[in-house]
Amino acid sequence: MDFTPIIDGFGIVLQPTNLLYCLVGVVIGMLIGVLPGLGPAATIAILLPITYGIPPVSAIIMLAGIFYGAQYGGTITSVLLRLPGEASSVVTVFDGFAMAKQGRAGAALGIAAIGSFIGGTVSIIGLSVLAPVVAGYALDFGPPEYAALGLLGVLLVSTVGNGGKLKAIIAAAVGLLIATVGRDSFTGAERFTFGNLNLADGIDFVPIAMGLFGLGEILYNLEENHKKVHAPAKVTKVWPSRQDLSESKGAIARGSGIGFGLGVLPGGGAVLSSLVAYAVEKRRAKQPERFGRGAIEGVAAPETANNAAATSSFIPLLTLGIPANATMALMFGALLIQGVQPGPQLVDTHPDIFWGVINSMYIGNILLLIMSIPMVGVFVRILRVRPAILAPITALITMLGVYTVNNSVFDIYLVIVFGVIGYLMKKFGFDPGPMVLAFVLGTLIESSARQSLLIFGGDPTGFLTRPISGTILAAIVAVALFPLIRRAIRSRRGEPAVAPAPVETSPTEVPDRETTEAK
Amino acid sequence: MSTTSEPGRPQAAEVDVLEELKAELAQDLEEDRPPHAGPLAQVAAGVATLALGVAGMGLSLGYGLGSLTEPGPGLWPFAVAVAVTALSVAQLAFGRRAEDTEQFTRSSALTGLGVLSLVGLAALLPVIGFEVPSLVLMVVWLRFLGGESWRMTAVVSVVTVAVFYALFVLALSIPLPRLI
Repeated sequence: MDFTPIIDGFGIVLQPTNLLYCLVGVVIGMLIGVLPGLGPAATIAILLPITYGIPPVSAIIMLAGIFYGAQYGGTITSVLLRLPGEASSVVTVFDGFAMAKQGRAGAALGIAAIGSFIGGTVSIIGLSVLAPVVAGYALDFGPPEYAALGLLGVLLVSTVGNGGKLKAIIAAAVGLLIATVGRDSFTGAERFTFGNLNLADGIDFVPIAMGLFGLGEILYNLEENHKKVHAPAKVTKVWPSRQDLSESKGAIARGSGIGFGLGVLPGGGAVLSSLVAYAVEKRRAKQPERFGRGAIEGVAAPETANNAAATSSFIPLLTLGIPANATMALMFGALLIQGVQPGPQLVDTHPDIFWGVINSMYIGNILLLIMSIPMVGVFVRILRVRPAILAPITALITMLGVYTVNNSVFDIYLVIVFGVIGYLMKKFGFDPGPMVLAFVLGTLIESSARQSLLIFGGDPTGFLTRPISGTILAAIVAVALFPLIRRAIRSRRGEPAVAPAPVETSPTEVPDRETTEAK
Repeated sequence: MSTTSEPGRPQAAEVDVLEELKAELAQDLEEDRPPHAGPLAQVAAGVATLALGVAGMGLSLGYGLGSLTEPGPGLWPFAVAVAVTALSVAQLAFGRRAEDTEQFTRSSALTGLGVLSLVGLAALLPVIGFEVPSLVLMVVWLRFLGGESWRMTAVVSVVTVAVFYALFVLALSIPLPRLI
């Protein structure tokens, strides 16, 4: 393995201006991410415009900072307000909020930061080693493989996401449809533009993401603002005590492994890994009844695992060009805006960018650790500000922010339209995540499918006879049929069908994991 | 706390903790949610996406499907629209009893007002610049949607717009349409 590009990558990342961008990214990522109701996806969406006027490499570095800052912002609200920023921080709430009630909020936030740092770093090292290898394999992929892979990605995100699966798949299909708006790249014919010139080049990713995730969330919270009273717990000592550290050591080590391993899976990697990490700790504990009552391992394990998983989800993104979840779809969109096409060729054709992305993650992670501990006090003060005051400020940031991207009023209207759609989707039980992901992948799937048909001379069975695309398609069928089979088995056993919880993937990973871990 | 899995199954112990956790989570999230909206909302959701699917099919037919050897511009959107339609029919058939919707309450009107103020901002921005519409938006959200006092409203809205002006116009010199 040639290490020169890695070291060159560090040279770029460590330039003072780039460090500054990363620092600013971490701070504003945390700043917006800490706002109740705005998870990492919403935070990154709202902050997309600020990465615009910046040179690509700096913008990517800043994005890494925003990414980690936004993740940690969600943790802060989980611990202090019992409001998880995203599904993967939900388990943190149990012990995190219990610790906060006992006056140990500082220790909980501190251990979460340390765990996130270690988990993230382990994962980045794994990523640095594994990504070029995976990319090497993926170089043989042709259009049929990409079409199948894109479809599989969309389907997996829909079926392992939150809420109803059927609705998630509908949302994804609508996302694919929205992706077709604009000029057809093969024939030049305009589709679904209704004569509107603004739509001729298709709908931009930024207004869709900012509308569905950002504004949709803000509008949704507007209803709730009156009911909820936020009174964040006091935060005193942020640095965990020596006892806290020794108690969480094992949890952090295991959480890193679990997070990295499961994070590579498309879909709910981060969510599943936080649940599994928590379950493993509870199972191993000598006094499992401590969990849910303020056990520090109960914060350390899921927070380590979700950050490790969030980081290893970059592997499918950077090597295959397939985002594994909604947050990755945003990073994918953000990279595309910077002119970076994530995919197997990236490591060979643009090693500087590939390693720039990965190395900026190291830096983002370190800066997160450095910034989170002294700045927790600031964030607690932000949480004391009433949501009614924060809501119009975030709304205004979104509105003016999207305008600055293209200097286009039309984009403001688009954000409002997609904001309303996002709000209605939430009210009617649709998860906007699969829609954004499908939108991002839509063009790739369509053009690959059409190129494949050309290669096959119009014979669609060609997808099945090529070994890799055939295998992927088989996996698609398996994923689609899995819930039905599961239900059939359940009903034969006479068990009640369990209501779809956040994670629906098979828990078989768990015993597996446990046996290796126990040795 | 309820457990959904039965004891004594193979590999039970580990699965149990996970299942238990999921049940606990579901319960935990349930507490915070407003009441679900009932079957009518489920049907409405299905009908809305169904309409989208049917419209998509109709329009794509107009764009020309072509053939598999020479796909027309309408082929892919048509296939996707067929999927949307079929899935919506499935939603109408099987999804009516799901409880994942939320009732609209009186405070939903606040969201409506909020959207109107955003549209107002978008309409006025190119005409009179961003300062006044932004100020109006802040006042509407703070005073009428948020129920803040007039004093608080005045201070926060003026300061926010001033900060935006300083940031966008003076510091970053972004070409926002503006009055001053």
